[in-house]
Amino acid sequence: MAWNLDRRKFLAGTAAAAVVPWAPAVAQAQSVRIGLLTVKTGPLAQGGIQMEQGLTLFLKQRQSSLAGRKVDLVIADTGGNPAGAKTKAQELIERDKVDFIVGPLAAFELLAISAYVEEAKVPMLSLAAADDMTQRRPNAYFVRASATSSQCNHPLGDYAAKEMKLKRMATISEDFAFGYEQAGGFQRVFEDEGGLIVKKLWPPLNTADYTPFISQLADIDGVWNGFAGSNPIKFNQQYAELGAKAKYPILGGWTAYDDALLKSFGDDAVGAVSASWYSSTLDTPSNQRFVADMVKDYGNVPGGYAAGTYINGMCIEAALHKTGGKTDDRSALIAALRGVSLADTPRGAFHFDHLGNVVGNVFIRRLERKDGKLVNTIVKTYANVSQFWTYDEHRYLEQPVYSRDYPALKT
Amino acid sequence: MSRLAAAAAVCLLATVPLWVANGYYVNIVSQILIYAIFALGLNVMVGYAGLVSLGHAGVFGVAGYAAAWLVAAGVGQFPAALGALAAILLTSAGFAVLSLRAAGIGFLMITLAIGQILWGLAYRWIGLTGGDNGISLSARPQPFGISLAPAAPFYYFTLIVFVLAVVSMAVLVASPLGASIKGTRDQPRRMTALGYNVWLVRFLAFLFSGFWSGVAGLLFCYYNQFVSPNVLALGSSAEVLLMVISGGSGTLLGPIAGAALVVVMKNLASAYIERWNFVLGAIFVAIVVFMPEGLVPGSARLGRWLWARLRGVPAAGGAR
Amino acid sequence: MSQWLLLGVNSVSLGGLLFLLSAGFSLIFGLMRIPNLTHGSFFMLGAYLGTSFLALGLDFWLAALLAAAAMAAIGGGIERLLLRRLAGQELAQVLVTLGLSFMIADLCLMIWGGDPIPLDTPRSLRGAMPIASIVFPTYRLAIVVIAVAVAVALWLMLERTRLGAMIRAGVDDAPMARVAGIRVSRLFTLVFCLGAAIAGFAGVMGGPILSVYPGLDADMLPLALIVVILGGTGSLPGALLGSFVIGLFYNFGQVLFPELAYIVLFLPMLLILLFRPQGLFGKHVP
Repeated sequence: MAWNLDRRKFLAGTAAAAVVPWAPAVAQAQSVRIGLLTVKTGPLAQGGIQMEQGLTLFLKQRQSSLAGRKVDLVIADTGGNPAGAKTKAQELIERDKVDFIVGPLAAFELLAISAYVEEAKVPMLSLAAADDMTQRRPNAYFVRASATSSQCNHPLGDYAAKEMKLKRMATISEDFAFGYEQAGGFQRVFEDEGGLIVKKLWPPLNTADYTPFISQLADIDGVWNGFAGSNPIKFNQQYAELGAKAKYPILGGWTAYDDALLKSFGDDAVGAVSASWYSSTLDTPSNQRFVADMVKDYGNVPGGYAAGTYINGMCIEAALHKTGGKTDDRSALIAALRGVSLADTPRGAFHFDHLGNVVGNVFIRRLERKDGKLVNTIVKTYANVSQFWTYDEHRYLEQPVYSRDYPALKT
Repeated sequence: MSRLAAAAAVCLLATVPLWVANGYYVNIVSQILIYAIFALGLNVMVGYAGLVSLGHAGVFGVAGYAAAWLVAAGVGQFPAALGALAAILLTSAGFAVLSLRAAGIGFLMITLAIGQILWGLAYRWIGLTGGDNGISLSARPQPFGISLAPAAPFYYFTLIVFVLAVVSMAVLVASPLGASIKGTRDQPRRMTALGYNVWLVRFLAFLFSGFWSGVAGLLFCYYNQFVSPNVLALGSSAEVLLMVISGGSGTLLGPIAGAALVVVMKNLASAYIERWNFVLGAIFVAIVVFMPEGLVPGSARLGRWLWARLRGVPAAGGAR
Repeated sequence: MSQWLLLGVNSVSLGGLLFLLSAGFSLIFGLMRIPNLTHGSFFMLGAYLGTSFLALGLDFWLAALLAAAAMAAIGGGIERLLLRRLAGQELAQVLVTLGLSFMIADLCLMIWGGDPIPLDTPRSLRGAMPIASIVFPTYRLAIVVIAVAVAVALWLMLERTRLGAMIRAGVDDAPMARVAGIRVSRLFTLVFCLGAAIAGFAGVMGGPILSVYPGLDADMLPLALIVVILGGTGSLPGALLGSFVIGLFYNFGQVLFPELAYIVLFLPMLLILLFRPQGLFGKHVP
């Protein structure tokens, strides 16, 4: 039970100085301040708690010291809504004078605070996948080390068409922007490689029973889904129960079969093929250390949320090394951040494009049962995947952002 | 509440930016005022008309969406605000016409249904509302050329609207219309027998109530410079209802206190107490146990009891 | 053709689950006039408790009954300590039940964490049964049987037993019932316990279909409200029939009117309330 009354989490190895809440935060002029915008209450807490774990673990491994400077982590609970995100962003920037913001979690939170954070010139590293944050509505102080909504689904479309030889598919995802953008990316590449999407289904976010949607699946040879949060558990269970799993192979985006969810799946999900920018089975030295420590501290294999903030921590560290530990020149800081290029990370090698989005590995995984446990085995790795896939950037940006009706159904 | 105390309170509020150190805290007080206006608006229905609505976030949200959409379409700030006011009145009228067909739980469910329908429309009518991506407001309005972008000017703007709201509430409550609204709450049949058009009284109450809730929604949109379906969600309607009840329905100060409670817990206390949601729920339960009529009436009662005890007079009725 | 048959059968099945969810709410509201907004939390807490009992190795049905018993105890505590003194004070009831729902939701997050927890279908009911041209999950059919059984049991209790007569007397005219020697307060506690118990039981029953996750309470409460108001207050058979009707609206509505997906239940509810405030099968106007 976490009755946490201390606002600032001073991590192991740092002297826990008592900070007077109302005093301006200049007492520790020497330390770098990182603010984490996450969600600790309500349904989004599932990902939010993991975000906190990932970053806390990173700082613990580094003993709260990056590039020779002490690090203070300030954690803020946005409540999972845009107004809360704005208020907490203001709290972090104006009251706590943070140098970096990690987070927020949800795309609608990010969109609500983007203009404000950019104006305040605070570098922000977020997992929120909204495509346009690094495309048509870019933010000069934004860096995304995870992926856009469509980034992992482009190669998945390629894999589905070329390697799985699927021809006619249906997509099913929640009825909001994250769902549209994921499905759009999959559809675009799948159809460019010769496939055809015959149906697109959009159950509302809080759907309890997916039967009416699953009942509409017919005349296809595969299904792609983009469910997120807790919905994948429900969906896969109902999908198998209604006999659809036996008929149509199921593919998914990164949230649909995230490694942190594996402990909650039953055999319903075995055989699912998913694309993610992170896989806990990747055997880079840093990932092995990361996974081992996560299992030790939190009792579960990490997924994208924890890996995302962990990697964000690594980016901050690399940027600080470049600026010699200095954080006062903000434009130098963001330039250093965007110039980060790392080789040994939990997701392998990556760097950023000129819009601040990552260019890195996308792993195609198959969910299997090995030694009695469920695991996502990597079956193919696409390296150096950018947010534009193999398309020309300018042509790509001329087209509208993926939505419910774009790309349109050809039938 | 005596005029002197009210004037003192306004003076205190007017000087907030001077003695509150950080712009962040000034913004918190602005938020309290915005929610207080919202809660005062709802209180007209819940406290004075005796009709509990779980759909007021619908009017709150429509105001924000109307303004944001108009500004994004190129309309100037002032015409957009007028457009939003028109939308507020239309929405309130629509709500009233539909929900006043029932009373009690029927009224509650109809307002809930309308609120949910508006929320669903905000999500799905992407061409109009942008769906869950919402609509950004590029800049706050500049009344008379004064920019409301910094915290202090925005706070004063909000304070002026807040004072107008409170004054209009006080005027309404003391007026004959206010008396008839309370009459329809207490004795609807008798009111009808006396020749009052109960439906019309309630309709006017709803318009007044919706107007101020909508104005709060407009201010909220200006404050965040962003509007999304979240403001229309059921949780939003429930939250403002909780503010009204916990503070004390049927009073002028109650909704203000309730708004302060929730805003402080959500935004300030959440920084120090990880499980603030639990604590907030516990506070609500405690209010019901110790001050079931609400924070403000309960504190007044407690104050009177303490005063009586201090003076050595045997307490009348006890402190329960 | 088989798609419509699947939807039709699922309407009945979903209706069964909805009835189990709403029966407790209907009981408490119909008899005690309390809108128990903690109801979704009771459902969720019962489901979470069910997962813990199952993790201890208990049998599914035993876990469901234990969860029901636990919720009865918790419900009884809430009624005796908090709700009893609030008779007729609607606003205070709303405040306390919502406050409790905040507390229970956060408590569940603290104890069981943020990740979704699956609830395994009981072994005897796994698999699917052929019905004409479709194959339908056995467990979902079992839910219908269970729902009808609970409905019949409740109705028998209310209409045919002395206890039920006392409850009905207490509802119709509490002061007179007291004069006649009926301990009305005790009865109300009993009814609240029963309502909470059914909710907890329903949470475990729904687990194999819905799993258990933070936010389950907020997803389920509006459904309970819709069933009780739309199906009809003051009538348990009405609530049962109403549940099936809503199951129909949901299944066919989502397929036939995908544009109205978010409001496929609220729109009909609004229309019906406007023309028939007592709901489809209700006896008296609320």
